[in-house]
Amino acid sequence: MNRLQKLLKEQKDIFSVYYTAGYPNLNDTMPVLNALQKSGTHLVELGMPFSDPLADGPTIQKSSEQALENGMSLKVLFEQIKDMRSSIDMPIVLMGYFNPVFKYGVEAFVKKCSEVGVDGVILPDLPFDEYQDNYQDLFEQNGISNIFLITPQTPDERIKLIDDNSNGFIYMVSSASVTGAKKGLSDEQITYFNRVNNLGLSTGRLIGFGISNKETFQTACDFASGAIIGSAFVKLLDENGASEKAIADFVKNIKNN
Amino acid sequence: MMSDKNKYKVDEKGMYGRFGGAFIPEMLQPNIENLKNVYLDIINSDAFQKEYKSLLKDYVGRPSPLYFAKRLSEKYDTNIYLKREDLNHTGAHKVNNTVGQILIAKHMGKDRIIAETGAGQHGVATATACALMGLRCVVYMGEIDIKRQAPNVARMKMLGAEVVAATSGSKTLKDATNEALRDWICNPEDTFYLIGSVVGPHPYPDMVARLQAIISEEIAWQIKEKTSKDYPDYVVACVGGGSNAAGSFYHFMDDERVNLIAVEASGMGVDSGETAATIALGDLGVIHGSKTFLMQSDDGQITEPYSISAGLDYPGIGPLHAHLHDTKRASILSATDQDALDSAMELTQLEGIIPALESSHALAVLKKKKFKKNDSVVITLSGRGDKDMETYMKHFGF
Ligand SMILES: Cc1ncc(COP(=O)(O)O)c(C=O)c1O
Repeated sequence: MNRLQKLLKEQKDIFSVYYTAGYPNLNDTMPVLNALQKSGTHLVELGMPFSDPLADGPTIQKSSEQALENGMSLKVLFEQIKDMRSSIDMPIVLMGYFNPVFKYGVEAFVKKCSEVGVDGVILPDLPFDEYQDNYQDLFEQNGISNIFLITPQTPDERIKLIDDNSNGFIYMVSSASVTGAKKGLSDEQITYFNRVNNLGLSTGRLIGFGISNKETFQTACDFASGAIIGSAFVKLLDENGASEKAIADFVKNIKNN
Repeated sequence: MMSDKNKYKVDEKGMYGRFGGAFIPEMLQPNIENLKNVYLDIINSDAFQKEYKSLLKDYVGRPSPLYFAKRLSEKYDTNIYLKREDLNHTGAHKVNNTVGQILIAKHMGKDRIIAETGAGQHGVATATACALMGLRCVVYMGEIDIKRQAPNVARMKMLGAEVVAATSGSKTLKDATNEALRDWICNPEDTFYLIGSVVGPHPYPDMVARLQAIISEEIAWQIKEKTSKDYPDYVVACVGGGSNAAGSFYHFMDDERVNLIAVEASGMGVDSGETAATIALGDLGVIHGSKTFLMQSDDGQITEPYSISAGLDYPGIGPLHAHLHDTKRASILSATDQDALDSAMELTQLEGIIPALESSHALAVLKKKKFKKNDSVVITLSGRGDKDMETYMKHFGF
């Protein structure tokens, strides 16, 4: 069992944060990570910036652009986090688009993840079939969980297939949207959460996209193992930089207990 | 084993050899899956064919002539035939695709159309088809391109389309494509994404190629009428994403007697850093849902291309062309800005036809390759030069 699987098994109301590596400054990656851990965050999705982030809204687009301008790349990121396990106990998931990973070499990437202590990977534009045909063995042999997204439009059959092939968590996208698009959770979304909960899945779910405050976080936790806050946190970094105090306040205001 | 006959066609997984596929986020999966399940049935249905063919004939103005360019042929001592897509309604081949896809959208019950555009040609062709069908139309266009292509922006607006500026990234075609994909993610139910070239996730490259295939279907019977042979020795087309080339090649791909040449834009030169020569420079990666050659940095970030012609200014290339290149079925040449300008002037003064800058890249083949006296060389004139007059004025000092 890796850290991620352990967390999903043991922790209720998982408080998870996404932020873009190398933002707002190139070397903010580790200070932000340390501040998040100190604040009681359970899980971090560390964004690998890409020039063409087509599932992201303006906030994360802008952070990716800035991070790339700052000089962020996979090589730099792995260098920054190579010793993270001396201070970080939370599970860490890398999130980004497929092309930079493909260019780096998928095998080299997965091995490097394993070496530095990354627990899982989210690559929204790596389709399920492609993963299954070419990469599943590689990921499993290296103990890296590949995390899939599901949306309100994903058919039940496909959700079950994804469940059968997941070993970390399932990323439940809250609505038909890009990141940071909507506020609040509607009845329609609740119906979708309930539908998924009634499928009897074996993999835990975290809800993401549009989770931005205490209220949406709480609601999401009622229907899943926890939730992921992305754009709202990236905005905080934009406004306050990697301030340990601002991060601590942000987390305290949203997280349960 | 793939049968030889279908060596260059897409397979069940949406691949052309090792290129293509559908590398899309899960949010787009149901829409793409749905389109994949219905597009062939719709295209092959009698109802679609009847309506599509009738629109091509009476609205677009097809068949487009295959014109024997006598003076150009004399100059190059060979037989040059121009496939006159420039004479289509709206001035380019793009409309073949948009009238086809708009019918598919209607069959699927979608009433909101979105599209990306670079120079505005595909945007205009989409807005035209939407006006014709009374459908809502939103066109994404890079902020920089909106400034560069004011007349086409006005045309789209006059046709009733909403033109939305893409302000992310490099603010050009690739970013307009990202914005269109984001719109589709947010509006999965009522919206149809009308892609302008043989790019994007499967089934788009195949669907667009089939809708442009009318070009080679006509060339095949027209060449018979004009020459003693029933095939051309060469078919030449310019390639941005590759739709006019795909349409020009389509019916000849399995006929190895026909040599296929695609010409990409090398801007200021392949090694200048200011280029769109994807095949010459690019390496394998994933762009807009398709695995293909693309221009990228060592870290896998997609780089911004450059060409004098906005329609060829795309950092990737359709997966079909990557495959035709990989299997050596087609040769991919490149032409610089200057080559294109020279060829545009040459055609204008020898034949009285002002070509689009994109098409001028295809014409530049005449300066790159010596054809035999008896060869019949078909060059697709993908569009007319009206939209490029400002560039011509600037460069030729009119
Ligand atoms: C006249 C003309 N030719 C060619 C192209 C390039 O597109 P494709 O490579 O898909 O044919 C364009 C695109 O805008 C165009 O307007």
